[in-house]
Amino acid sequence: MAERSFKKEVQQLKIGKGEVFRGEGILAITKALLECGVGYVGGYQGAPISHLMDVLADAEEILSELGVRYQANASESAATAMLAASVHYPIRGAVAFKGTVGVNVASDALANLSSAGVTGGALLIVGEDYGEGSSIMQERSHAFAMKSQVWLLDPRPNLPSIVKAVEDGFELSEATSTPVMLMVRIRACHVTGQFTARDNRRPPLTCAQALDNPRRDTTKVVLPPYSYLQEQDKIAVRWPAATAYIREHHLNEFFGGANIRIGIVMQGGMYNGVIRALEQLGLADIYGDTRLSLYVLNVTYPLVSDEFLAFCDNKEAVLVVEEGQPDFIEQAFGAMLYKAQSHTRLFGKDVLPMAGEYTGQVLLKGIREFLERSAPELLPAESIKASRNVEDQVADIAKVVPMRPPGFCTGCPERPIFAAMKLTQTNLGEHQIGADIGCHLFASLPPFGIGGSTMGYGLGPASNGAFGGSASKRSISIIGDGGFWHNGLSSSISDAVFNQSDGVVMIVDNYYSAATGGQDVLSSRADNKSKSTKHPIAKALKGVGVKWVRQIDRTYDVKKVRDILEEALTTRQKGPKVIVASSECMLNRQRRERPIRNNAITQGKRVIKQRFGVDEDVCTGDHACMRLSGCPSLSVKRLDDPLRDDPVASIDHTCVGCGNCGEVADAAVLCPSFWRADVIHNPSRWDLWLARQRGKYIGWLQARRQRNRLDLTGA
Amino acid sequence: MNTAAENNPARIIKLAIMAVGGQGGGVLTNWITDLAQRSGYMSQATSVAGVAQRTGATIYYIEMTPQSVRQPVFSLMPAAGDVDILIAAEMMEAGRGILRGFVTPHRTTLIASSHRMLAVSEKTHPGDGIAYNDKVIEAAAKAAQRVIAFDMEKIAADAGTVISASLFGALAGSTALPFALENYEETIRASGRGVDASLAAFREACNRATNQNINDAPEDEHTQPITQDVARGPDKLLHRWQTLQDRISNLPEPVRDMAYSGLKKVVDFQDTNYGTEYLDHLIHVVHIDESNGGHDRQYLLSVAAAKYIANAMAYDDVIRVADLKTRVGRFSRVANEVGVNDQQVLRITEFMHPRADEICGMLPVGLGRFIESHPRLFRGLDRLVNRGRRVRTDSMFWYLVLHTLGGMRRFRRKLLRHDIERAHLESWLETSLSCVSSNYELAVELINNRRLIKGYSDTHTRSLSKFDRVMSARTLIESADDAAGKMKQLRDAALADEHGNELDQFIDKYAKDIK
Repeated sequence: MAERSFKKEVQQLKIGKGEVFRGEGILAITKALLECGVGYVGGYQGAPISHLMDVLADAEEILSELGVRYQANASESAATAMLAASVHYPIRGAVAFKGTVGVNVASDALANLSSAGVTGGALLIVGEDYGEGSSIMQERSHAFAMKSQVWLLDPRPNLPSIVKAVEDGFELSEATSTPVMLMVRIRACHVTGQFTARDNRRPPLTCAQALDNPRRDTTKVVLPPYSYLQEQDKIAVRWPAATAYIREHHLNEFFGGANIRIGIVMQGGMYNGVIRALEQLGLADIYGDTRLSLYVLNVTYPLVSDEFLAFCDNKEAVLVVEEGQPDFIEQAFGAMLYKAQSHTRLFGKDVLPMAGEYTGQVLLKGIREFLERSAPELLPAESIKASRNVEDQVADIAKVVPMRPPGFCTGCPERPIFAAMKLTQTNLGEHQIGADIGCHLFASLPPFGIGGSTMGYGLGPASNGAFGGSASKRSISIIGDGGFWHNGLSSSISDAVFNQSDGVVMIVDNYYSAATGGQDVLSSRADNKSKSTKHPIAKALKGVGVKWVRQIDRTYDVKKVRDILEEALTTRQKGPKVIVASSECMLNRQRRERPIRNNAITQGKRVIKQRFGVDEDVCTGDHACMRLSGCPSLSVKRLDDPLRDDPVASIDHTCVGCGNCGEVADAAVLCPSFWRADVIHNPSRWDLWLARQRGKYIGWLQARRQRNRLDLTGA
Repeated sequence: MNTAAENNPARIIKLAIMAVGGQGGGVLTNWITDLAQRSGYMSQATSVAGVAQRTGATIYYIEMTPQSVRQPVFSLMPAAGDVDILIAAEMMEAGRGILRGFVTPHRTTLIASSHRMLAVSEKTHPGDGIAYNDKVIEAAAKAAQRVIAFDMEKIAADAGTVISASLFGALAGSTALPFALENYEETIRASGRGVDASLAAFREACNRATNQNINDAPEDEHTQPITQDVARGPDKLLHRWQTLQDRISNLPEPVRDMAYSGLKKVVDFQDTNYGTEYLDHLIHVVHIDESNGGHDRQYLLSVAAAKYIANAMAYDDVIRVADLKTRVGRFSRVANEVGVNDQQVLRITEFMHPRADEICGMLPVGLGRFIESHPRLFRGLDRLVNRGRRVRTDSMFWYLVLHTLGGMRRFRRKLLRHDIERAHLESWLETSLSCVSSNYELAVELINNRRLIKGYSDTHTRSLSKFDRVMSARTLIESADDAAGKMKQLRDAALADEHGNELDQFIDKYAKDIK
């Protein structure tokens, strides 16, 4: 079960012509796919596409009613390979994943697909994770579109435009035999809005029907001589078809135009930000009416040369607003203007930054500078004052406000694994540790500071390949269950087995692809109606020939994790040593168990709830426990005691009683400050009787001692 | 205002929410967009979901404008200087909003919960790494048009819900949005989950916000009135306690408060005779202080000594821990903290991990030293005892064990640990006081260095090593300018990281300076 349920929202996917759809961008895309008669959908989760995959999973019933095949692919590569169905068959297919990382993984299939060309519309929906809140390296998917000749759509970020882009994408794909990439930025994926729906369409040819009537065409195989012919076809046929289609169907848009001397060209996704900047400069209203002329590239690849040159005709200056680097679009436009011997001045990355997200401030500054240099008379006499006088006071708090990077959730089962790893390093010294992609990467931040590299999803152990030889210390690599099934088994584990690598692999198994929102994977323990789960990782490891495998079924046992890790690092056994550390993601576990538990309590059943706490007069405020935890519910507080300098540990009501505090205090021999309270709800009569007897006995002992002692609590 | 806005009165209300992942910012965002729709507004919300949400700083953004035929162009992210309402679900997140320019005078209403959720960097600091709120509150008052700040987390927790409800209430109470109160409540009802608790928190926060006047200073951190009560116990002990208190009233005025706290601590730790010992130590320091111009220096040396002698004397041994864990009132304190009622049963598990060191510390001096000086014997003992023990203090057996250990208080003066601690105390005091006449301020700092000693087992050993390093660095800086300042710097460095790396850097630097 995914972290977020869309069961309620997906009902909107059923609405028909004329009804108004309200919701997130990602849900709108799903609806648009159904309206376009898509025959199969798939993809791989990862922000901002996770919600799309969750929507598809929750909408499986609706999809199958329409005869649409849904595949939760093993990786982006698998998803893109699935588009092969559109190569020979006139079936529309769509897959979704995040960019650029997903496109990286998919690039092999993508290159083959685009070389062969498609018959049915093939759409790749790429959630571009760039800028604030991004969790990946900052690159552009644009380069992949250019290299493999895949058309790239970048629609204006509102629901009607995004929905239209889905349809345009399929049409363009079919008109040009070329796959199309629909790029949606992270905020546009989550933007809320509305559009007028159309009826859903059953695919004219379903995958099942195609399967019963197979077709083949040797010219679609990427093999000489066809591969050469395919390249020629791309340039001689598909490209001109694309530019013609884009022009004729007005996929790119023109706005404004009262002032034709100055223009701005932008990626569709930049439109709202540009309008806002113009509004702030007094050059546009909130509906987007402006005196400048705007050329909006809803298709950012291929660029339509004559359309652009016509826009520039008679213009003194044109600004290109293109987010990210390199500046592919600006370079192309520069070349076009040069070859056309144009006198239009081209602005772009000279007034706007080459790298980084184009936020409101960035666009405002860049556009103002463009206008100052090209048409200063357009700027309002009194340029708006962004309240700079506050800045001095603000600088003051810059030192105060702490950084707050993401970290492990309350009760996370990965925390004790890294606490154990930190303790192991205390005993056996620092080790070479390779990290991977997933929640476990938070271990590289304080308080753990474990792992210094990421080479890609499922590539943690592979990244330690060079350190597979024997030395007095062994390398450690980390990989999650998500990464393991995505790519890790083949690229990391088999690599280590085949090369007889001597390193240690820690597989962090939390029952889900947790970082992306708790989607099921092969080893998930959940019952999943349409997917096959409960395939143990340990079995797969043994299957590919790992000899030394240790399964840990409760990661909170810090001592056990530490001891097994130490054994792995010191055993004489050759070949990779793989530890599978399994405990359920606490976020998902709480979501699953809490309602059941609360229900049981209301029904009068005996339920034990656990929580941890700290005796503040025992805690000395050394914070050693914090350095092995970082749990949000374990914090520190200042005491109202003039004798105490440093704040003491304190656990708040959000504690889920995972046990890490007690385990760590024990394993690291920290201090006796922690206690665990077990509260028995609806206790049995035996519980109550026993508690009464104990109470009497303890009360008697306490009273006895108290008689000979000063009680200064009130003094 | 700019010309476009003058020509066209339609305006967009811009609202940003700064939260910590897991606080329910998404719920609040949905409520606000629902509220806007109910009130005849078009709106657009955006967020950056994903892994960044896991306990990290997150931001949600909403734009709204009255329903019209034309669709406005909404922006997908807040811009500096262009936000009407900033809601911060935590005080430092309000600070982050101010830093990012989302709070503008004459325009922005800042609604912030004044509570703190500490960042990891604040928690792992070996000393006190908690950032202070006051600078942010001060900056907020200057940066915003209006500030509404109070502890909304507490209101939510008291109502048994999460902070989104009280933030929504504060938003309603601020009247920063042109929407009717009924629409807010209707929005919560329509959300359908935990409605009653949400409404309770909503109303409480709404009232608080309504009553907070424009630019009203946000409330201070709760200051508790000091309740002067009396000591209780047998008459004989009360009489001795009174005698000790009388001795305090003879101390110079600036020293009395700290001396009283210290006295309470040591008497509570051991007995009234121990209190006498404490005062003897302290009065010795006060005499030295007086003869070195202490009167003009507000008796800084004596105050520091009053504090740290008490801490040194009330060291953290097994007996103290066992005593604290078995006292009257401890069970009810735990029960109170976890919220147990009469119909429920509470069990308490303690996490103990004794080592041979602690056992030897509990033995008579001679025997303890004998074992410690015989490594094989010591290791054997360690093998026997050194393991984690989960101890149920609500059970008869384990309660009795801890109760008995706590009762060993009576023999404490004869035990090895006491011997070690007493020697340490004396040598520290002697070293510190040796330079009073030559450098009063340095002596104060040397006394203050006692702050470095804390923790149990390895942590305690490490803290002792830091303490020793700082104390012995005295010889490096003694003759330098501002030796006291340098000593304080060394102590701060020792508290900056776990292993004392920064401390070693400073020591190296001073060692070079001296050459």
